[in-house]
Amino acid sequence: MKLPIRLLLTAAVASATLAACAGKTKPPAPATDTSTQTETTTTPPTTGGAYKVGDLDTDSCLRQRIVYFEFDKTDIKSQFQAAISCHAKYLHQFPGARVTLEGNADERGTREYNLGLGERRGNAVSSALGTAGASVSQLNVVSYGEERPVCKEHGEDCWQKNRRVEIVYTAKQ
Amino acid sequence: MTKTLARFTIAWLLVLCASIAMAQGLNSDVPTIDIKNGTATATPIAVVPFAIDGGGLPPQTDVADVIRADLNRCGQFRALPKSDIVEFPTRGEEIKFPTWNMLKQAYIVVGRETQAANGEIRVEFELFDVAKQQRLQGLSISGQASDLRGVAHQVADLVYEKITGVRGAFWTRIAYVTSKGTGTNIAYALMVADSDGFNPQTVVNSRQPLMSPAWSPDGRKIAYVSFERGNSSIYIQEIATGSREVVSANKGINGAPAFSPDGTKLAHTLSNGINPDIYIMDLASRHSTQITKHFAIDTEPVWTPDGQSVIFTSDRSGKAQLYQAPISGGDATRITFTGESNARASVSFDGKKIAMAQGNGNVYRIAVLDRATGETKPISTGGLDESPSFAPNASMILYAASEGSRGVLFAVSADGRVSQRLVLADGDVREPAWSPYRQRGQ
Repeated sequence: MKLPIRLLLTAAVASATLAACAGKTKPPAPATDTSTQTETTTTPPTTGGAYKVGDLDTDSCLRQRIVYFEFDKTDIKSQFQAAISCHAKYLHQFPGARVTLEGNADERGTREYNLGLGERRGNAVSSALGTAGASVSQLNVVSYGEERPVCKEHGEDCWQKNRRVEIVYTAKQ
Repeated sequence: MTKTLARFTIAWLLVLCASIAMAQGLNSDVPTIDIKNGTATATPIAVVPFAIDGGGLPPQTDVADVIRADLNRCGQFRALPKSDIVEFPTRGEEIKFPTWNMLKQAYIVVGRETQAANGEIRVEFELFDVAKQQRLQGLSISGQASDLRGVAHQVADLVYEKITGVRGAFWTRIAYVTSKGTGTNIAYALMVADSDGFNPQTVVNSRQPLMSPAWSPDGRKIAYVSFERGNSSIYIQEIATGSREVVSANKGINGAPAFSPDGTKLAHTLSNGINPDIYIMDLASRHSTQITKHFAIDTEPVWTPDGQSVIFTSDRSGKAQLYQAPISGGDATRITFTGESNARASVSFDGKKIAMAQGNGNVYRIAVLDRATGETKPISTGGLDESPSFAPNASMILYAASEGSRGVLFAVSADGRVSQRLVLADGDVREPAWSPYRQRGQ
């Protein structure tokens, strides 16, 4: 794990800041076209610097787009909190950005059950992003269950790669 | 006469093999089929090669071969191998019963094929009890020359019913899903084939996942889940015409469709983006009623034969188990208590048996629950077996299994003794669904 501590800290501080800001300023209604203005006026990123759109491809934290899970579990492991905070920060900064959270499961268990499991995982990442500052309207969950394996061997080495939520940007800004 | 017939038989065999080889060379979606195991207690029956009346070229399909394969597959019969057949009677009066007695055959089928009008072939057959030297059945079935396999399956059904007293289910179809590739680069197809895997035809091709095919009770339509709209949606498609419509595309999961026994309703799963529960849609009005309300995953509903309740999978007790709930509303009752997990039920036509995917550790096998005794018995021996589906007469169960890194299908006799494997040359095959009985003209 070569992720610098500085980045982790920045992310933690940023998300705390965002959460605080969101708590103070976020209107109960979902973000509308005025939100961009609200964004620029109320949350000038003072800590850790602002993201640029290009950072999605270059920033080591934002490039982490996959959250992995334990078997039949939906809780997010602590090692993925940093990446979630970065994406939440980015989404907060760019209210026009949209992500689809693609939930997946390994092959064990039946297919329709795994569709449910994949959705639970997608929802877990969605609510974590929401808690960290992203807006509900930016987040979409699709479960693919076990229908989109990245590998097909029968064993934990492969299964752990398939138990995942992929964060897919459908709009970058 | 006998020699001429023997020569014909060999020629037929070669033609049959050649046509199978060609079909497989041309189309990798054609499954290869082999039969594993055998059973000593099965009833011995001789199916003599049928005569071809009126000369001409022998048809591509050897009707007797198809009947023999059908009877072997179901586990209740052991057909005398063609190579052990030494006499070739084609009518009852030509049968020398001592020969077949000596070969320890309980029954013998003889028959002949005649060219009929409008390109049809008429297949006449007779079934005899060898010990009693008694004619049990004499019937004829006609069909297009191109559908001689279908005609042969119908003959096998009639023979099966005459001897066992149970309607045969060889002249039926199976639906299944195939996939090739991994990750986002997967090609999916929903296929329909004869119950023995022959004559596969594509119902839908998709670059997005296809799941959970379910037959309408008249066998004309299939409901399935497709992701081609970006999220799971339920489609109902007419097989013959290909016309289809989306019947459910709500936020979240739209899954696990199952037609009611009378075909007027569709049980399915909706999550509304929150959590999967069981719903029942009235197909005429498209109005859906919620049947379960639980924070657990409730899914994979199937109907009891009376149409009054659904059996479904739920992890409300921690691990997946099967539950039954009345469709009129009311509490769900847990019905499986052996095995760490039980899911994806298939109910026999009489409601007496429930097949399911049972998990113990990392081993998943098909088990059958006898509802009268409460006993559950495993009927498969793989490690990742799933998606059981009863034949309409409950004599066999289809299921999906893993071999290496690919998915294959097995058709196993209800007692688990005889299994037939369907394998694709390239890619996975899974989620088999056995059709209802076919109606003629379908």
